[in-house]
Amino acid sequence: MNGASARRFVASIWPPVLVLVAGMLLLELYVRWANTPIYLVPRPSKVVSTLVLERGYLLAALWSTTKAAVVGFASSAVFGVAIALVLASSVWVRRAFSPYTVLFQTVPIIAIAPMLSIWFAPGLKAVAACAFIVSVFPVIANTLAGLISTDLALVDLFRLYGAGSWATMRKLRFPSSLPSLFTGLRVAAGLTVIGTVVAEFLVGELGEAQGLGVVIVSASHNGHSDRVFAAVLLASALGLAMLGIVNLVGRLVLANWYAPARD
Amino acid sequence: MSLRGVRQVFPGGVVAVDSIDLDVGAGELLAILGPSGCGKSTLLRIIAGLDQPTEGAVTVRRPAAGRFDIAYVFQDAHLLPWRTVLGNAALPLELQGVDRARRREVAADALVKVGLGDALERYPAQLSGGMRMRVSLARAMVTAPTLLLLDEPFAALDEITRQRLDEQLRELWQARRMTVIFVTHSTNEAVFLAERTVVLSKRPGRIVADRAVDLPAQRTGELRATAEFARETRRVYDALERGEA
Repeated sequence: MNGASARRFVASIWPPVLVLVAGMLLLELYVRWANTPIYLVPRPSKVVSTLVLERGYLLAALWSTTKAAVVGFASSAVFGVAIALVLASSVWVRRAFSPYTVLFQTVPIIAIAPMLSIWFAPGLKAVAACAFIVSVFPVIANTLAGLISTDLALVDLFRLYGAGSWATMRKLRFPSSLPSLFTGLRVAAGLTVIGTVVAEFLVGELGEAQGLGVVIVSASHNGHSDRVFAAVLLASALGLAMLGIVNLVGRLVLANWYAPARD
Repeated sequence: MSLRGVRQVFPGGVVAVDSIDLDVGAGELLAILGPSGCGKSTLLRIIAGLDQPTEGAVTVRRPAAGRFDIAYVFQDAHLLPWRTVLGNAALPLELQGVDRARRREVAADALVKVGLGDALERYPAQLSGGMRMRVSLARAMVTAPTLLLLDEPFAALDEITRQRLDEQLRELWQARRMTVIFVTHSTNEAVFLAERTVVLSKRPGRIVADRAVDLPAQRTGELRATAEFARETRRVYDALERGEA
């Protein structure tokens, strides 16, 4: 990272950090002033100290959640793009199959999570499968939109020079779809973390995947709201980190597409 | 190349062009003019083989020996943003299966000819509109086309850039002697560039005038200020007005 981009990074990171710190301070003051019971709202200072004191337990859970979320996200990226490519291959395939891709979005994950844990055995695979189902649709929909909205003049140009459909896909339609593909991946990055934690709520306790979702469920049963919020914070941080990585990769891939930003 | 009784009807019954008879000889430089929406672009797409006419026939006499290539330049540059200037200009050769070293050499050569010799490794986003259009022109030239079609290619550019590109296009034509057909709505551009002008009426487009431009072969910027140029422009303008009536 060179000096200029490091400065830009710092400039983009401090405003939200400032908001976070200020928000926590205000909450701390309010909770102390109003004497709110801990089972309702934990003091931010207590959440922070729980994060520090129980770091071994929490980090193990974070690691488990991270593995499942990354596997789920990677599956969404690979299968989502592959499904979009198949759907883009012909109008008839698209007409016949597109309605079924919406199932991924409408399926009640709570209802099928137990089935997934039977099919995959409880644990990482079942949790990752949930994360995949929750996050694959935006990848399919955005990539497909990108693939079928290729500049028509360029499609004509490829036709004029006798390019076949494979060459047109590889050299024109797929690269043209990259900005929308990354839009899909950005949405999916956040959804995979949500999908993972929800799946852990439902099936995590049965297997070896003792992730943040399991921590949240057992802590809330025991009235440890500080631990619940510590786990929620870690899950949010995981989502932000995944989004950040997707953004970074997207920016590197699309670096030459746009005129240098003047902001 | 000849068109006989060409008629194009769009879905919904709109007749874009009607009863077009047009013969274009090898090596001609022809401008097609007409009011907006008169079907100029439609005609060009039919000539390119991108669209089939509803009625009528297009015959292209191919040379007995050698290759026959059509190149098409659009109103905007339409470059691939993920490719460098060189990669964009080399695209037609790549699609035709020319090997890498050869196509890079030919593309670099074409880019030097349009004055972009020092921008080969830049990306389209880093170029001005005029430079992008010149990449587009170089991309059209790499296959050494027998027929070059241009659809209002410089319409979006400022006056000076546009005149420079007009001059460059004429130089390319004088050097290569391919057949060039270009569509424009500017009488000035048509008269300056072309050897022959064809004027279409408002929709449905029919040919209302077809005449040679009576100007010397060597044309420079000063020509635009002469009485001959004004006279030729006036003639084309009068034809346009007849077509609007």
